[in-house]
Amino acid sequence: MSELTSISHSNHDDHHHHHKETFITKYIFSQDHKMIAKQYLILGVLFMGFIGVAMSLLFRLQLAWPEQSFAVFDIFLGDWAPEGVMDPNIYLALVTIHGTIMVFFVLTAGLSGTFSNLLIPLQIGARDMASGLLNMISFWLFFLSSMIMLASLFVEAGPAAAGWTIYPPLSALPQTQPGSGMGMTLWLISMAIFVASSLLGSLNYIVTVINLRTKGMSMFRLPLTIWAFFVTAIIGVISFPVLLSAALLLIMDRSFGTSFFLSDIFVQGEVLHYQGGSPVLFEHLFWFLGHPEVYIVLLPALGITSEIIATNSRKPIFGYRAMVASILAIAFLSTVVWGHHMFISGMNPFLGSVFTFTTLLIAIPSAVKAFNYITTLWKGNLQFNPGMLFSIGLVSTFITGGLTGIILGDSTLDINIHDTYFVVAHFHLVMGISALYGLFAGVYHWFPKLFGTMMNKNLGYIHFWITAISAYGVFFPMHFIGMAGLPRRYYTNTAFPYFDDLANINVVITVFALLAGAAQLVFLYNFIHSMFFGKKAEQNPWRSNTMEWTAPVEHIHGNWPGEIPHVHRWAYDYSKPGQDEDFVLQTTPIQKGEIETEH
Amino acid sequence: MTLLLTLAILILTGVAFWQISKIFELSQMGRKKDDSQIATEKDNDLNGKLMFAFLVFIYAVTIYSFWSYSKVLLPESASAHGPAYDTLLWISFAIILFAQTITQAVLHVFAYKYRGINNRKAYFYTHNNTLEFVWTIIPAIIFFVLIIYGMVTWGNIMNIEEDEDALVIELYAQQWNWKARYGGEDNVLGDANVRFLNDFDGRNSVGIDSSDPNGMDDIVVTQEFHLPVDRKVIFKFRSQDVLHSAYMPHFRAQMNCVPGMITEFSFTPTITTADMRMNSDVVDKVNRINKIRYENSKELTANGEEALEPYQFDYLLLCAKICGASHYNMQMKIVVESEKDYEKWLSQQKTFSEIIQ
Repeated sequence: MSELTSISHSNHDDHHHHHKETFITKYIFSQDHKMIAKQYLILGVLFMGFIGVAMSLLFRLQLAWPEQSFAVFDIFLGDWAPEGVMDPNIYLALVTIHGTIMVFFVLTAGLSGTFSNLLIPLQIGARDMASGLLNMISFWLFFLSSMIMLASLFVEAGPAAAGWTIYPPLSALPQTQPGSGMGMTLWLISMAIFVASSLLGSLNYIVTVINLRTKGMSMFRLPLTIWAFFVTAIIGVISFPVLLSAALLLIMDRSFGTSFFLSDIFVQGEVLHYQGGSPVLFEHLFWFLGHPEVYIVLLPALGITSEIIATNSRKPIFGYRAMVASILAIAFLSTVVWGHHMFISGMNPFLGSVFTFTTLLIAIPSAVKAFNYITTLWKGNLQFNPGMLFSIGLVSTFITGGLTGIILGDSTLDINIHDTYFVVAHFHLVMGISALYGLFAGVYHWFPKLFGTMMNKNLGYIHFWITAISAYGVFFPMHFIGMAGLPRRYYTNTAFPYFDDLANINVVITVFALLAGAAQLVFLYNFIHSMFFGKKAEQNPWRSNTMEWTAPVEHIHGNWPGEIPHVHRWAYDYSKPGQDEDFVLQTTPIQKGEIETEH
Repeated sequence: MTLLLTLAILILTGVAFWQISKIFELSQMGRKKDDSQIATEKDNDLNGKLMFAFLVFIYAVTIYSFWSYSKVLLPESASAHGPAYDTLLWISFAIILFAQTITQAVLHVFAYKYRGINNRKAYFYTHNNTLEFVWTIIPAIIFFVLIIYGMVTWGNIMNIEEDEDALVIELYAQQWNWKARYGGEDNVLGDANVRFLNDFDGRNSVGIDSSDPNGMDDIVVTQEFHLPVDRKVIFKFRSQDVLHSAYMPHFRAQMNCVPGMITEFSFTPTITTADMRMNSDVVDKVNRINKIRYENSKELTANGEEALEPYQFDYLLLCAKICGASHYNMQMKIVVESEKDYEKWLSQQKTFSEIIQ
């Protein structure tokens, strides 16, 4: 740590000659934030993302054509799909692991890991993270956690299958479902390591933002990306330890006979010894992380979008301080709304009123953010690069998905749509699709910074438009099957003739899901192809204001040759009157006669 | 067959993408070489117009969904608190649809209208405190009203007074079925615990404590349970193994069943099963379902399998909390009928003391 701190303050030109780098220190056990960002991107987003999305396509096939034989099931699921027909237990396992991978591995570790690591040092003007070593350990813990989660897919009785929320007693007792045996043990170990990885990363981000900003980079000159990453890290540090404690207590109940979450249970003809625990306690602990987690996923995406929308509108982000204030308000409120997942869990109805109140409050800063994005577009000169399309797409799905939150956050209305497909539609739009759009926007926008090459824009356009259409095609009809009364996590709805007329809607949804899946292959191809054969990038291809574009295209250890540039203005002087260009780098001094933008 | 079809679709889509990208590449060749991969004026124009088209698409999907899928939604509520629930739902929906229509329009129209043109300078506009105050305060007022309205409704629904006249029923969940227990003559449920489940060679199916005299006249039923119309019912929920959720969508009612504790919900059924079967929405739905079942039966009988039985409407109790392999098939029929029919049905059931004899 002391070595790197000294590098950060080094004014000498020769800092990047300090280390002799071998293949292993450069590409594998690297402490360089840019390399670690790439590692997160490839493992967390591309690899885990591919698995998570592929799983969803498998269970979508089952939902559209229930209990039919598919060769893909035979190939990928083997004994769990006798003669190609999916087993109900493995359906639940697929749903569980899809949720776990997408929420934690792709949209938490993948998203924050990639962009916080890449952008925090580069946009605040630091040589590297505060601790390169902790950063490296954080990534390798994430690697270990991913490998354990993937290993759980090969356990004989199948991976964890109690839903990504792993409510006990289902997750605690192997007698209640096969997935709660070895699969659940591995799930818990994997997540415990994941939390450790996430904490190390978050602490590093917080310390770096507070301590290593370059001269002139005051907190209110930070780009909104950094504000979002910074606040996200704080929420993570506050809430992830609670998930860890829940996981540890669950491990105790499972393996050492304690009764934290279990009481009065009778399974397979046997009265179990557990007395006095409560599953509701687990729900409280889980959602104390689980709800802030939504914002851990979403805030970085919103930060990325703020930056990309401003750059490509050639306009300052509208209401910078209101944007910062709403990030802070969302972060605070996110820690006091968890009970809205538990309106009908058996907790005191009075608490339901309290959580309804806090939950609907969170809609206010969210609305402010949406309005500010829209106003940023007003009278802009919009450059429709693929990153810009995904950012506007995010605002659109954020509004559509967010609005139905007004229904779900109301304890009364939650009664009849709780745990139905309405919920699935809501959170996929507002956090799943929106955060993925933010992620894609970020990849298209910072690809030149990551790999020194440009992604193909035409493939980017194809990727966006097909994804945008299929996202609505999948999730819009889903609200209706939820309001028709169909509970989620049903292996098939053929057991209820009452739901027979929903079968056609399920087919429509699956067709759009397959289309969306195919569109992601275009992205994957574009990514890999551009990495190796893409056009060489200019230093500042999007004519952006932020500091990362003052660093050379080739990655060097320490980011800038020579002194770190100083910052003289905020990040959003786009199209400022009196300037020759429609952008002014943050590192450009205020000229004679120019007034610093009041924001 | 569907497999082949799916594979064919996937392969064809793949080929289509490959071809489209080829066409894009070829179309670039003749022109002045611009491979900077940064949006040009032409790209801005095309994508700006597509943004407008996308707004039309969102509206079309919304209108189509409401027009075509509204008919699958739940029919008129069959409980006393249901109309209040439905009113709040549709008021919230009206607000949401209004906000959605306006904001999506503004977003996409701006995206279309301000699509980039070379050499045009954007308007430098950093903030406007009045504007921001206005659009903080307007949602705040709307949400405040919704919160108050919601809280009052919630308070009414969840306020379970132990009223003398109310019928007390226990819904008992286990992997993967439901049982219902009535208090019998005294309308009082006897004490129960999972410890007693193995008493009387397993005939004590919900674990009634045989030393509690209140339990001797209790009645436990499976498959279906009956409710008298227009009488308040207080439900007590128990589970013997994992979390379940007792979901009765037609009555706008749901509550989790938690091992180790007793949870409660209460409603008054207002429409008998027989009357609900006459409801025009239900009649339409049943006809639609039977048409689908008839079509599916043709395929089945062609393969030498049994045809599907025609469907008749019944109120349902479902499980809405993931609970293992047969979560998808954990159901019980609810029959709402006149007090007289209900009494008659109940008198035909065996009491606990009769069962354990």
